[in-house]
Formats: sequence, C-alpha cells, structure tokens
Amino acid sequence: MTEHDKVLLTLQVNGASHEVAVEARRTLADTLRHDLELTGTHVACEHGVCGACTVLVDGDPARSCLMFAAQAEGSEIRTVESLAGDDGTLSDLQRAFSANHGLQCGFCTPGFLMLAEGFLAERPDAGREEIREVVSSNLCRCTGYQTIVDSIQDCAERRRETKETSA
Amino acid sequence: MKPPPFTYHRARDVQGAADLVAELGEDAKFLAGGQSLIPMMNFRLARPEHLIDIGRLRELSFVDARADSLRVGSLSTHRAVETADLGAGFAVVRDTMRWIGHLPIRARGTVGGSLAHADATAEWCLLAVLLDADIVVAGSGGRRRTIAAREAFLGFYTTVLEEDELIVEVLFGRPAPHAAVTEFAERKGDFALVSAAVDLDLGAGTVSGGRVALGGVGPAVTRVPEAEQVLQAGGRAGRELFEECAHAAAAAVEPPEDGDAGTEYRKALVRNLVIHACEEAVAR
Repeated sequence: MTEHDKVLLTLQVNGASHEVAVEARRTLADTLRHDLELTGTHVACEHGVCGACTVLVDGDPARSCLMFAAQAEGSEIRTVESLAGDDGTLSDLQRAFSANHGLQCGFCTPGFLMLAEGFLAERPDAGREEIREVVSSNLCRCTGYQTIVDSIQDCAERRRETKETSA
Repeated sequence: MKPPPFTYHRARDVQGAADLVAELGEDAKFLAGGQSLIPMMNFRLARPEHLIDIGRLRELSFVDARADSLRVGSLSTHRAVETADLGAGFAVVRDTMRWIGHLPIRARGTVGGSLAHADATAEWCLLAVLLDADIVVAGSGGRRRTIAAREAFLGFYTTVLEEDELIVEVLFGRPAPHAAVTEFAERKGDFALVSAAVDLDLGAGTVSGGRVALGGVGPAVTRVPEAEQVLQAGGRAGRELFEECAHAAAAAVEPPEDGDAGTEYRKALVRNLVIHACEEAVAR
C-alpha cells in the first residue's frame, strides 16, 4: 500500500451508516467535515487542547482531531447535528445555551454542546463544581465560561425537574 | 497540522500485533487510544510509516480488582479505571485518574499507552513505580515476560520494552490503603510540573515505613530512597515526620531548569507536594 492508498470504512454517524474511502491519516474530525459534510464539528488547534472538535464516540466525549477515522469504525459517532430535531427544533441543551448566553461567536459551541451532552448523560446529578471541572477541558475565548457553566447547570436542573414531575 | 501519511493495519489479536510489528520493523508503532501519539503526529514530531491499531483487542480491556491484587488490562481507558470499584486497597489508583488530562482524554487514553509512552510526569508510570507493579508484555513468536515497573522507565519517553513488545497488563500485587498522589500544574488538566506519590506503612497513628515517588524532577519518574529512609526510621504520623520526609526528597533530586519552571521552584513544589501526599495518605 502506498501512502496515497485509501482505506474503505463504514462509519455510523448520527444513526446513519456511511461508506467513505479516506487516507489512513484522515482524522475523524476531517472525515466528518470533508467527506460527510457535517461541518458543525469545528477544528481549531488540531492537537487535543481546545476541544472544539469534541464529538461522542459510543456516548463518551472525545476529541475527533485525536482519532483517525479508521479507529471509529464499529463505534457510534454523534455530532452536534444530532442534537436538534429534523425540523430544526433545538434540543433542551441548545435552548439552555441560548437562554443563558452560553455562546457569543459560537465557534467553540459545538464542542461544548457535545461535551455537555455526553457528560450529563453519564452524570445527570452533577453540580456546579463538577460541571466547571468538566468544562475546563474546552477553550472559549468569548464568554469567560461562566455562562457556559450556567447553561449546562440550567439544562441539568430542568432535566431533573422534568424527571421528578413525570415520576 | 495534519498528521503525516502512514499505512494503517488493524490487529486481530495480541500475537498478530506483536508478530506484525516485528515484521514491519522500527518504523512501525502500535496505536492504542492515540491521545499522545496522534498529537505528536499532528505536530509532525512523530512520523511512523506504519500504525498497527490495537484498539479492537477487547481482551486487553479489563479491570480485575481483588482484595490483595489489582490487574488492569493495557487497553483499559483511564475513565474505565476512574469509574471502577477498586476497593480500599487500590482506591489510590482510581483517585489518581482525575489528574490525567480531561474527561475526553481519559475516555480515549489507555493505561498501556500511557506506560509505553513514559512521559516523565505520567500518572500511570508514577503509580506503577510507587506500588512496585509488574508490567506484563507480549513479544513476537509468542514470547511473554514480566518487567518490574521500577526497571521499566529509562529516561525521556524511553522504556526497556523491545520494539516487538506490546504491554498486555499491569499487575499491582500489594494493596496500598494509605497511599496518595498529588501534583501541581498551572492549569487543571495540564501536564504536571511536579507530581508526588507516597505509600505509607501506617498503624495506630505510627509510620513504620513507606515509599515515595516523584514525577517531573528528572527524565523519568523515580523513587526517592533518601525520603523513604525517613519513613523507615518511622515516627508518629504527623507534620514533623512528613516535613522531614519532604525535605529529604527535595534535597535528593536535581530537577531540570526549563521554560516552565526553575530547579529551585520545582524543589519547593516537591517539598509541598510530598507533605500534601503524606497527609492525604493518612486521611485515607
């Protein structure tokens, strides 16, 4: 195999199966953006520091710039495009970001959303301190983070209230 | 940047992976979680010709905690260890995971990858050296051997592993109910400037021995016999003994001067962190 040969992959992204032929060195982030045209996943530092490219891999938040697409075969990938409904209705997490001014320029937002989506699924009872600690993995140059923490905390509280009401 | 081109191979079993790396030679590397290797490739600091993806070798992903021993498969993620019930004897291993990067890094990064990468501040190297763990490796042609962690780390990103060897598990054979790891970094989740770990032999408020290990003070994590002698001499578990131990540790090391911190600053960190680690170990 020469360096320009491609690997043929089947990727499960947002509940759909996709076949792609990509260079082995193609990161998952670039495959999502360029081959699947899911440009909601953003790419900034490309060395695992900023978290803008965070997606869910089998439910866990992961840096898609620190994964080759070939490693993702056999895993369920979720990107920010999976959050809103088919008609564009925002998810409760997205609405919380909007209501609490959890974004300004918006570039880092897909990463924060997927980080919070994965984290809250595992830790629905998380308090503010725990949320702050998790959020420290991603960079935002606009908000100063307080409103991002507010957004995630608000979403978590609303989900807990909804659960209590329905219980 | 984007990583340089390479040829991708997917291992089907441990033996196949070891045999393949032997066949491909020194330009081949194993790819586990990729949380250290891929950033190095993106920076073009590493340019392997071949990557052998061992990520599907599920038999290497396990945490087997018993009262008197702990076995962790090399492909277990830090997150899997962080969320496992390891019992009182190995709680220090679980609690140390929070120092490793951030949640998304811990969800992908692996125990074996961290040990093989051998960063001078790596938490897994520190734990393995502190607790006298054994590292089990598989080589080509069906060879297996066990390496004492204290002899495994030679220097900057350098281990005694042969090129055709793959870590399969790490074995902690002795419970450490009074051990603790602590570190200091400028920001949460950054590589530690200095990390300190202690494992005390403690009974009825008295210390009768113990082990002290440090990261970030040299090319590899290291035990500090001078500090351990203080614990061996023993005494009441308290500030006085711990300060003596910490000063002995700081006096025994000659940390590097670099862009992040100077030698004296790192020594001061050693003094503070060893005391903190001792106090945490007693409180456990």
